[in-house]
Amino acid sequence: MTSTITARRKQRDPRDRRSGLLTGLVWLGVAYFLLPLLWLTIASTKDNTDLFSTFGFFFGDEFNFFANLESLFAFRDGVFWRWTGNTILYAGVSAVGATALATAAGYAFAKFEFPGRRFIFSAVLGSIMIPATALALPTYLVFANLGLVNTPWAIIIPSIVSPFGVYLMRVYAADSVPDSLIEAARIDGASELRIFVSIGLRLMGPGMVTVFLFSLVGVWNNYFLPLIMLSSSDLYPLTVGLAQLQALSTGGGGSTAVFSTVIAGSFVSILPLVVAFLYLQRYWQSGLAAGSTKE
Amino acid sequence: MTTTSDRTVSRRGPSPQRRKLIITAYILITPFILVFIGMVIAPLLYAGFLSLFQTRLIGGEQFVGLANFGEALTDPLFLGGVARMSAFLLIQVPIMLGLSLFFALAIDSGRLRGGRFARLAIFVPFAVPGVVATMMWGYLYGDDFGPIAQGVRSLGLPAPDLLSSELMLFSMMNIVTWSFVGYNMIIMYAALRAIPTELYEAAELDGAGAVRIGWSIKIPAIRPAIMLTLIFSVIGSFQLFTEPRLLATIAPNVIGTAYSPNLYAYTLAFTFQDVNYAAAVAFLLGFVIMIISYVVQLSNARSGGRS
Repeated sequence: MTSTITARRKQRDPRDRRSGLLTGLVWLGVAYFLLPLLWLTIASTKDNTDLFSTFGFFFGDEFNFFANLESLFAFRDGVFWRWTGNTILYAGVSAVGATALATAAGYAFAKFEFPGRRFIFSAVLGSIMIPATALALPTYLVFANLGLVNTPWAIIIPSIVSPFGVYLMRVYAADSVPDSLIEAARIDGASELRIFVSIGLRLMGPGMVTVFLFSLVGVWNNYFLPLIMLSSSDLYPLTVGLAQLQALSTGGGGSTAVFSTVIAGSFVSILPLVVAFLYLQRYWQSGLAAGSTKE
Repeated sequence: MTTTSDRTVSRRGPSPQRRKLIITAYILITPFILVFIGMVIAPLLYAGFLSLFQTRLIGGEQFVGLANFGEALTDPLFLGGVARMSAFLLIQVPIMLGLSLFFALAIDSGRLRGGRFARLAIFVPFAVPGVVATMMWGYLYGDDFGPIAQGVRSLGLPAPDLLSSELMLFSMMNIVTWSFVGYNMIIMYAALRAIPTELYEAAELDGAGAVRIGWSIKIPAIRPAIMLTLIFSVIGSFQLFTEPRLLATIAPNVIGTAYSPNLYAYTLAFTFQDVNYAAAVAFLLGFVIMIISYVVQLSNARSGGRS
């Protein structure tokens, strides 16, 4: 190899541009983000005694993962299953609803001129700044008057409003659905709704996956709204259920719930979302790329 | 808009074609708008209405105007919570966004090993519910059994009590930082990927170093994305609820019922059954956040965000 070639390769080959210092710093960060999850994984295999007597990042004397699961699922006749089912129901229905509403509205804002477009869009954009929890309390009061508290609707209906989703879908539709394609379909005589369904929806896929996943996480992880809306434990999602289990454990007093059960429950509860994010990353990352470049 | 196109539109009037487009647009936005009015506008109006009343022992529900707001603005419990959240905001948000920006730039530069894995690993905590993250860190913080204290003690040093009143706010900052660095990083990273590469390839040929390109080209180019994360972070940090409420079960003497304004509003509504005052506090909290968000946006626009 001559020196000119190596010099040119220095410009082109990314392997030569790698920085040890940068790699070290970033991997230090990776350790910070992953160590707690490693701890949770290891802790979910310990029984209650080992949990408090052995070093956090090392396995206990016995492998108790399945025993912990058993006690978790046996807790109050399997109420953990119910919480899981509730969470899937609330998060799933809300995320589908939020995505559908945001996609239709975002497409309309991006592709049609109509009276009131500017005003309505700025109202939606402004509402992003209203904190969800400041809104949750008023919503609770409205729902209490309507007799809707302590029903699944109290979680689902407020959660299908996603102003950020509308914003993201508007930007995404503007970028990914070419006007020329819409024009061509119009000339072919397709109706506007048909164009939306057969062309728009297909091209907006990655944007929709992004809105879906972020709404899913929002509802799946929400604690405040279900805490104030629901009073019967059979309707709880995992977050409220786990927090209650945790409070029982801390409260002691010979209660059935123990820390090992709570930890196993926490471990199990985070798996679905982590898997969904990793599995769908290709789609949601390209969906987010469009939304994050516009002001 | 040119005058010719305006004239052609007005001459045609609302042609059947154009009317069809408007109707389609309304069909598409109506479902969202209905829920939006029902779940955002109506609750806000209702809370505003409720906040103008007080329930008195004698006379029952009475119109009191802005008295609840006046009370909240002089209520040491509410103000204490706002002050605590302001400290939280001023310390935690710059650290979190700084880290997010650093990771986004580092991974985007392609100068590190395993960048793809690092990106996902840093993002994963976002998928962990606040409840689980708080419990987890609660155990990790534990004074006698937590691995942090165990580790420090094994070095022969006295372990800090991370759940004491002095350190609690910082312990919460750590939980929030852990949860959201990845989320903000992903938004910034996605924006970095969307920058046309010619923009900095030219600078590179001119001899600009990686740091210089990052500072002078990449960061200005993703300014809108950074703004977005900043606004979300302002909104998020003032809403603190899950962390104080759950850590209160481990450290009840450190975290009172008004530790954050949100926790206070919750306590007012559900423990003291004072919905009128709770509505005023929630309203005021939302108002404070909106003002801060607007100030942030204005200062951004003024300092040349539209270059």
